[in-house]
Amino acid sequence: MATETLIWLIPLPPLLAFFLIVLVTNRSKALSHTIGVGAALLSWLGSMVVFFQALRVEHLGEHPFLSSINWLQTGDTWLRIGVQIDPLSAVTLFFVAWTIFMIFIYSVGYHNYGQPKGDHDRKGLPPHGATVTDVHGHSHTVLSVEPMYSRFFAFLGLFAFGMYTLVVSDNLLTLFVGWEIMGLCSYLLIGFWYGKPSARAAMIKAFMTTRVGDVFMLLGLAYLYSATGTLNYREIFYNPTVLNELAHSASGVLGLSAAGLISILLFIGAVGKSAQWPLHVWLPDAMEGPTPVSAMIHAATMVSAGVYMVVRIFPLLSAGAEGGHATTAMTVVAFIGAFTALFAATIAVAQNDVKRVLAYSTISQLGFMIAALGIGAYVAAAFHLVTHAFFKALLFLGSGSVIHGMEHGVLHTGNHKVDPQDMFNMGGLRKKMPITFWTFLIGGFALSGFPLVTAGFWSKDEILTDAWKHAPVVFVVLALAALLTAFYTMRQISLTFLGEPRTKEAEHAHETPWTMTLPLSILAFFSITFGWVGIPEYFPILGGIPKALGFTPNWFHEFVHGTLPLLPEGGAHGAMLALAEAANFDPIPLITSLVVALGGLALGYIVYKNIRPEQADPLVKPLGPLYPVLKNKYYFDELYDFLFVRPAYWVAETFTSKWMDRVVIDGILHFFAHLTGVIGNAFRDYFDKPIINELLGDRVADVVQKIGHWAREIQTGRVQQYMIVALVSIAAFGALFYYLLVLAR
Amino acid sequence: MQFPILSFIVFMPAVAGMLLLLIPADRKTEIRMAALAAGAFALILSIWVYFSYDVAAAGYQFIERYDWLPALGISYHVGVDGLSTPLVLLTGVVMFTGVLISWGIDDRPREFFAFLFILATGVFGVFVALDLFMLFFFYEIAVFPMYLLIAIWGWKVTREYAAMKLTLYLFIGSVVALVGALAMYFTSGLGTFDMLALENAGFSPEFQRLWFPFVFFGFAVLGGIFPFHNWSPDGHVAAPTAVSMFHAGVLMKLGAFAALRVGIMLLPEGAKFHMPWIILLTLVNVVYGAFIASVQSDFKYVIGFSSVSHMGLVSMGFATLNKEGMLGAGIQMFSHGVMTALFFAVVGMVYDQAHTREIPKLGGFRKVMPLVALAFIVGGLVSMGMPGFSGFIAEFPIFVGLWNAVPSHLFANYAWIAILAVLSIVITASYIIRIISKVFFGEIPEEFAGHVHDVNVLDKVALVFLSAILIIIGVYPDIMVPMVEQGVNNVLRLLGGA
Repeated sequence: MATETLIWLIPLPPLLAFFLIVLVTNRSKALSHTIGVGAALLSWLGSMVVFFQALRVEHLGEHPFLSSINWLQTGDTWLRIGVQIDPLSAVTLFFVAWTIFMIFIYSVGYHNYGQPKGDHDRKGLPPHGATVTDVHGHSHTVLSVEPMYSRFFAFLGLFAFGMYTLVVSDNLLTLFVGWEIMGLCSYLLIGFWYGKPSARAAMIKAFMTTRVGDVFMLLGLAYLYSATGTLNYREIFYNPTVLNELAHSASGVLGLSAAGLISILLFIGAVGKSAQWPLHVWLPDAMEGPTPVSAMIHAATMVSAGVYMVVRIFPLLSAGAEGGHATTAMTVVAFIGAFTALFAATIAVAQNDVKRVLAYSTISQLGFMIAALGIGAYVAAAFHLVTHAFFKALLFLGSGSVIHGMEHGVLHTGNHKVDPQDMFNMGGLRKKMPITFWTFLIGGFALSGFPLVTAGFWSKDEILTDAWKHAPVVFVVLALAALLTAFYTMRQISLTFLGEPRTKEAEHAHETPWTMTLPLSILAFFSITFGWVGIPEYFPILGGIPKALGFTPNWFHEFVHGTLPLLPEGGAHGAMLALAEAANFDPIPLITSLVVALGGLALGYIVYKNIRPEQADPLVKPLGPLYPVLKNKYYFDELYDFLFVRPAYWVAETFTSKWMDRVVIDGILHFFAHLTGVIGNAFRDYFDKPIINELLGDRVADVVQKIGHWAREIQTGRVQQYMIVALVSIAAFGALFYYLLVLAR
Repeated sequence: MQFPILSFIVFMPAVAGMLLLLIPADRKTEIRMAALAAGAFALILSIWVYFSYDVAAAGYQFIERYDWLPALGISYHVGVDGLSTPLVLLTGVVMFTGVLISWGIDDRPREFFAFLFILATGVFGVFVALDLFMLFFFYEIAVFPMYLLIAIWGWKVTREYAAMKLTLYLFIGSVVALVGALAMYFTSGLGTFDMLALENAGFSPEFQRLWFPFVFFGFAVLGGIFPFHNWSPDGHVAAPTAVSMFHAGVLMKLGAFAALRVGIMLLPEGAKFHMPWIILLTLVNVVYGAFIASVQSDFKYVIGFSSVSHMGLVSMGFATLNKEGMLGAGIQMFSHGVMTALFFAVVGMVYDQAHTREIPKLGGFRKVMPLVALAFIVGGLVSMGMPGFSGFIAEFPIFVGLWNAVPSHLFANYAWIAILAVLSIVITASYIIRIISKVFFGEIPEEFAGHVHDVNVLDKVALVFLSAILIIIGVYPDIMVPMVEQGVNNVLRLLGGA
């Protein structure tokens, strides 16, 4: 089979699985998960084959795998849809395939497959546990299977279809299709337990917030299409003429060039999808969904899509950059990214929910990538995208495993008031759940950028190095964010796993089944090793090892950098791309990353290593009034409610609906209707009745009547009288005629 | 001579309506069967026309022309092009599904269907008319039964008011348009009402600029253009389900279509002159309708105002006067027609069970009528412009057209208009999501538990049919886009390639 055909086929198995599960097998849990996991396996296999085929192609960036067909004719041109695998999509496909496959397997265990049906479980609510009686006649409460088990795999399948479509697409249109499918699935999956009001609110919030980004993206696509007549990557981003033209034509909005406005519109889409400030508010609430969903959609794949798209449009974003100066659009991107990175990290410090910490950490890490793109370091952004997907999926799945273990404890004690997600209820879990602990530790260290060993170190270090070179302000902000990252990560690890159990529930926590721990182990493997493919060759000692072993030094950079080959006529564009070139060795960023990672971890350990039960967060005192601000996420939810939601309702309800439509427009109408009536009455009362009726109609009738009355006098009924009248008349007329005809002549 | 298929389509419903009147009034089942047969027949005929329209050959096809009043230059002249063929199909689809979901009407079904079919004749007539006089003739035929259908079978609370409002608005609109049409007739000096002849009458630009607003707005009233939209939601709400489907699904297209055919095509210079501020008005339509829809508590008012909003996109697409925009508008007419018919069908089904349309009182209907919920979600995705559904195929070109619109004395470019218009999609999403979560999800209120039931199989057929169309066009747009494009090319020719 040709590789191109295979690429077309990659997204299809999960889609088929979706339809099969929904239409046929939804009653059988075993069949449904077999189909779901099987489909994920097939796509994974296909992706791996394609990935390794892609590795063997020399200069893949210039000669990617391509294939396309006509889809929608608009005007004289066709919107073509097609697939392409270039270095960027190849590495994205690699991590997407792995994380999706792992999450499918994990979901089997997470939803308690093989456990009995719950006693009181209802569709739309998380399982509450089942009572079983063992051989000795003792009854226990154990975890019960998810009531909508099959449906979960159906939705996951549809989601996987969307993500694969997005990755293999060769144009922004199919990318957008995948993007929207994922948005829809995200909505469905966040609200998977729709019986919980909080989940319903979260699903709506997520959908509406990302929708704001999406419509701007749609607008950007429309603009791009109207300006270039195509949405294909290669026809726009690899075509210096087109880029040049876009960079030098004015858009007429805020003094931006066409390229600038289009990139900003598209970037707003990414801001929504990748939960960047100011559209970040949906992601933490999205944690209401089941944990595999949080891991897959809200950490590894869907939120990565925003960053992936910005990497894709990087040539457009940087079009018009003169002599290494960033474009306006890039400045916007860098600002939003850096700000989000720091801002979300500060919030994460004060969260107690094990998943919310990770949610804010995701927002923050995506901010790192966005900031990297804003300063032109697109390879570093792509590198961090991949490593982050691995370790963040690992952390989320690990947190799911922790919650699962805690739920086991909760069912054991029967005290349902204990929140199994609150880290202050945990502690000491390292002994109860060793695999979860060690893998979580690896993930956490990768997130913190623990030096040399973890993947996160290499990718974050690359971003910091580039930032140091090109934008010192961004560097400072990101370094601070990195320090906080290490701190809150260690806070999380310490609170959860170290010390002694703080509740009975934590004492009775239990390691989870192999379907959950196996994915954790595999992801932990990648969280370490994937960093090694991107060790810069200038790095002391380590940089030389790959070469010595016969591998390409800094393989990732070499490979992905080929996505955007330097264009020969380069000019401004080429200069911008030069920014993305690997930096030379500079000790300052390296020392900084070492200090912030180790310092943050150490600090987190010291502060949180031994928290007693019922003890308040040690941060409350030193932070003072700042603590509640952080805890309440800077009150953004309340602020948006005040700034947007209420005014929008006011405009819609009071101004538009009640006043404009019902009072003004209908008022005018009713006024005219009333006026018509008034005019009618006026005609009737002042003209019709007195003049037409009385004067003309009635008077004439009166006169006629009077004449009649008068004439009645001669109507006596006596024949003789009639005869006399007749005779007299004849005589009179005769005389008259005689006079007229004879005498008057 | 070829088979006069268009005449057949136009008059078949009216004849069927008359024949229905011959069936004794108490034999309701037979009446319904006969009506269904007529609806199915109309659907088949319109599908036949749709698929036998030769896209490659383009232009007007299936033309028939007979002199009617030669002394006044009036002829019976019909034919379809790439823009009207989908609308003929749309009418067939709505007529068929309208009969299906009206099965439960128990009050004088015979007269109901008879009037509905006369309405259908009028609608078909407008879409195929190539003679200006014929167009007005059928236009009035389409408006008049609406009054009776709403006033007799409508929602008791507002039906008289709504029927009167609707009829007055539409008649006044058509009179205004008629004045413009007569101006064209007398000024052209050709002594004909034939639109193909009037296209080449060579009206002076001053004449066109003066009379364009008369013709355009006269018809656009029926397309629900701001600030003449208010008859529409009131009419929707008061009308019985099938009539709402016709009303929003087809009748509003009649206005947009006639505004295009008589306004833009016969007076292109006028269109170019007035275009910028018409775009502004349509922007108001789009945003304003969406805003109002988002706060209505009556399910049917939500859909009614969403129609105002979506029809604004149609007018906006036409007003861009370029290929992409008009193409999108052409598809939007069909897509919105099917979508809104689906919406009103769903509203009707919920109302039939719950006997209320107050959104806060409803809930959990997904459990009793899963297919209805699914159909509504499909319609909702269409209205949000999700890729893979027909709404995207329509809205994306409209926005492309907006970016491409020629700068004018009013606007240097249309970027801000586009940005504001696109926000309406967010508002659309908000009210669709609100309905989905409030009406179909959540808990069923106690008063309904056990009293609400699933819809019958005919309703399901109608829903599946309508949903399938929306998805087919979304996934395989090639089935409609080239055809509409041919129609748009013809308009562009008249606009001088603008």
